[in-house]
Amino acid sequence: MQRDTDQYYSFTRRSALLFGGQIVLLSGLAARMYYLQVIEADRYRMLAEDNRINFKLLAPRRGRIVDRFGRPMAINQQNYRVLLTPENTKDVEKTLDTLATIIPINDKERQKILRDIKRRRRFLPMIVRENLEWEKVARIEVNAPSLPGISIDVGESRYYPDGILTAPVLGYVSGVAETEQTGDPLLELPGFRIGKSGIEKTLDVPLRGRGGTSQVEVNAFGREIRELERVEGQPGAEARLTIDLELQKFVAERMGEDSSSAVVIDIHSGDILAMGSTPSFDPNAFNRGLTAEEWRTLSTNPRTPLNNKAIAGMYAPGSTFKMVVALAALERGLITPATRISCGGKVSLGDATFHCWKSKGGHGNLDLLGGIMNSCDLYFYEVARRVGIDRISQMAERFGLGMMLDIELPGEKKGLMPTRAWKKSHKGAAWTQGETMISGIGQGYMLVTPLQLAVMTARLSNGGRAVKPRLTNAVVAFDGTELPAPPQPEFEDLGISPSHLEVVLKGMAGVTNLPGGTAFKARIKDPAFAMAGKTGSVQVRRISKLERETRVLKNEELPWHERDHALFVGFAPVHEPRYACAVVVEHGGGGSTTAAPIARDILIEVQRRDQSPSTELNVPRRPEGEG
Amino acid sequence: MSLQLSSHRSSNPPEMTLRQRIWQINWTFTLLIALVGSIGVGMLYSAAGGNIDPWADRQLARLSFGLIIMLTVAVTDIRVWLRYAYVLYGIALFLLIVVEIAGDIGMGARRWLVVGGLSIQPSEMMKITILLALARYFYSSRLEDMGRITHLLVPGVMILAPALLVLRQPDLGTATILLVSGVTMLFLAGARAWMFIVGALGVIVAVVPIWRYVLHDYQKARLVTFMNPEHDPLGTGYHIMQSKIALGSGGIFGKGFLEGSQSHLSFLPEKHTDFIFTMLAEEFGLVGGLILLGVYLLILLFGFIIALRCRNQFGRLLAMGFVMSFFFMAFVNIAMVMGVVPVVGMPLPLISYGGTSMLTLLFGFGLLMCVYVHRDVRLGPGAADANP
Repeated sequence: MQRDTDQYYSFTRRSALLFGGQIVLLSGLAARMYYLQVIEADRYRMLAEDNRINFKLLAPRRGRIVDRFGRPMAINQQNYRVLLTPENTKDVEKTLDTLATIIPINDKERQKILRDIKRRRRFLPMIVRENLEWEKVARIEVNAPSLPGISIDVGESRYYPDGILTAPVLGYVSGVAETEQTGDPLLELPGFRIGKSGIEKTLDVPLRGRGGTSQVEVNAFGREIRELERVEGQPGAEARLTIDLELQKFVAERMGEDSSSAVVIDIHSGDILAMGSTPSFDPNAFNRGLTAEEWRTLSTNPRTPLNNKAIAGMYAPGSTFKMVVALAALERGLITPATRISCGGKVSLGDATFHCWKSKGGHGNLDLLGGIMNSCDLYFYEVARRVGIDRISQMAERFGLGMMLDIELPGEKKGLMPTRAWKKSHKGAAWTQGETMISGIGQGYMLVTPLQLAVMTARLSNGGRAVKPRLTNAVVAFDGTELPAPPQPEFEDLGISPSHLEVVLKGMAGVTNLPGGTAFKARIKDPAFAMAGKTGSVQVRRISKLERETRVLKNEELPWHERDHALFVGFAPVHEPRYACAVVVEHGGGGSTTAAPIARDILIEVQRRDQSPSTELNVPRRPEGEG
Repeated sequence: MSLQLSSHRSSNPPEMTLRQRIWQINWTFTLLIALVGSIGVGMLYSAAGGNIDPWADRQLARLSFGLIIMLTVAVTDIRVWLRYAYVLYGIALFLLIVVEIAGDIGMGARRWLVVGGLSIQPSEMMKITILLALARYFYSSRLEDMGRITHLLVPGVMILAPALLVLRQPDLGTATILLVSGVTMLFLAGARAWMFIVGALGVIVAVVPIWRYVLHDYQKARLVTFMNPEHDPLGTGYHIMQSKIALGSGGIFGKGFLEGSQSHLSFLPEKHTDFIFTMLAEEFGLVGGLILLGVYLLILLFGFIIALRCRNQFGRLLAMGFVMSFFFMAFVNIAMVMGVVPVVGMPLPLISYGGTSMLTLLFGFGLLMCVYVHRDVRLGPGAADANP
């Protein structure tokens, strides 16, 4: 019995020891639980949220671009995409076979799809085809029962209704390149597009808008369970341009496929009403993505379709420069409107001989009006000689030539107005009088852009005020508030005597309206619409002495790239100027034969569009032919 | 405590009738066990995202079936268990050997034996029968016998043979339970303290060959991962890390029933089996976890008192052995999901989804209850051979 008792005590002691140990260990667990769930709770709560919540960026809708009357120039179009969700089909190959009867899928695409499927999670949809026509979408929808795993998704993509006609102004959008990343996560969004040229580039940031975010709950395998929170972004602002879309289309179509450019400007406000540069390109193709072949064709074309020649094409101004030379002399009192100079076809200076464009016989004795009207080179050789290059360049810059005009487009070129100091520092040689004389007829070193020529014409015809060109009327945020724009300055007076301006304008009116004027043939016959202007033909080759002595080749006999550039600047109506226009046709031959008719038709159209709608209906006007 | 410590103080009561035995069943304890089982069913309902299918309904059926088995075992004469202890142990050991030779491959380990469409897991049977066999061996041992190494050779083999067989399956968790149960029985039976010290030293010496020749790579990886789980968050440490995140993010009051985001979004692995405690702690927080610990402690206390109150050594050893085994399972599982011990396949007793484990446990509780019912029965050295 004693033995039993001993055994019982031993058992009880040891059991109590074990049970005590159990209590201690369980308390340890409780302490650990307290540590994890109270002391470290915040850390684990954060980790848990990290685990389950994915942030997604929502691309904002890009702002529209509209013309001065609110007509759409760049919009967002629904982009139908075919998606394949591998998880939803038992047999991917069979689904693809059926799909291929509706949209052609070549072997390469098929291989790519099958390869991608293996790499991705089966519940993630993948894009099979984008930019689907509506008819194909309908056929896929109808055949949905036999296309398991296939779904249609609507995205948005940029669309330019008038494509190549507006491309020089609008530019284009396309994917973000590696070097364009700024750290803005929006730019890293697959498929996000940014402006690469034109207004799309200049106003890219306001057009872009602000991205929204979506918090999605995901499970351990990355499948989206539900959306927890959504912060809507802000759609991009709407850009309202000064362009008149109908006029823009007219200009672009009138210019045709020649390598040319044209600018139409309101001479009082500086509003650019149309800006054409041909040949152009299809901006919608960029959005879709160009093939290497398409890109090569575009970028190697000698007529540079990707270059907006209206702002980046630089040409010697030729005879269109003569008004500036005349004003430089008049303002200095070196000539008067009555100053007469005799033209015998050529003049010698030292060893060199300077020819008038009418070298056979010359123009005879001319006053300033006659000099401008006939575009007599000899007259302006002499005037330039009297004024000197520095004063000519100074006057040119007051008219915007060789100056940055800060137009709202990327790639604007400054051009060049030479001075003595410029030649010394850049060429290391002294300026010669011959160079001054050549400058008098707008040749030599000087370079200007068509936009500058249009601005020059506007400043001449608006009474000598320093109007600046602009393309943007307003940028309006999605909620209707206008984004602050720099205040429109009162255009300052250039301080040129009105009577001097009047003489020059009279000469320009003579060019197009008096028999004998260089562009008389291209005049506007309706007196209400009559224009004034100045032609210019710029030699791009050197005419040798030998050729001079035998027979100067006509433009039509030369290869394209050796022909003269054809220029014309003009304004209308002549009695109360409102619009100015500059046209440059590269290697177009003569200014009077090639450029002037284009400018004429454009100036008729811009004035016709100015009329009240009733007039527009009653007087359907075709561009007047030259006969 | 509603245990009736004061009743039936008579020296040696006559044979008990079945009606008397049923009368002796401790219904409070039965309810407590049923309560824990129900918590498990509730958690499985949540684990399936608020569905009784596929786990909660089956678990409920097993729980009900298991409770019936428990009560049946409880009212069976304790001398039946004493007499057939070795036989049951022998059957379990035989089946373990069969599994070793011809077992089905399940979960990458040989654990299951399919007999006529019924899956048997001999290692689970062994958890209980090893307690029966050792209690039977030691119930008549005198304290002096326990000082002799020769007396302990047979039980040593009885412990090590199944433990090594299970370890080879490989099932580290169950092998450890068998060892712990065996050592506990030796300790309670009165083996000398120096034996345990020598044994511990022996184990340390044995670690190297076991590491090299017995443990599988994934078992080693689990042990290594345990040392520093955050070092390899996407590899083997992933489970522990995700479990701690889910548990820690539950906070004091939890995220609410069915609201455990980590569990429901599948970040938590094995949420219906080994990691079910994490889900409970995520949804009910520290409060819920502590309540469950409290209920477990209450069960252990019941078992401890039953063991102390029992008048025969067989019942005492059996009761306390099972208490220790139950404690060990609960402790290792909870400690594992909190990153305190390595990840070993160990279910949370009475709560994790799993039929065999549930039935084994309730069979064990049936024995515990049987000890309580027969607490005043005296079993002499010849009792094992006498007719019950």
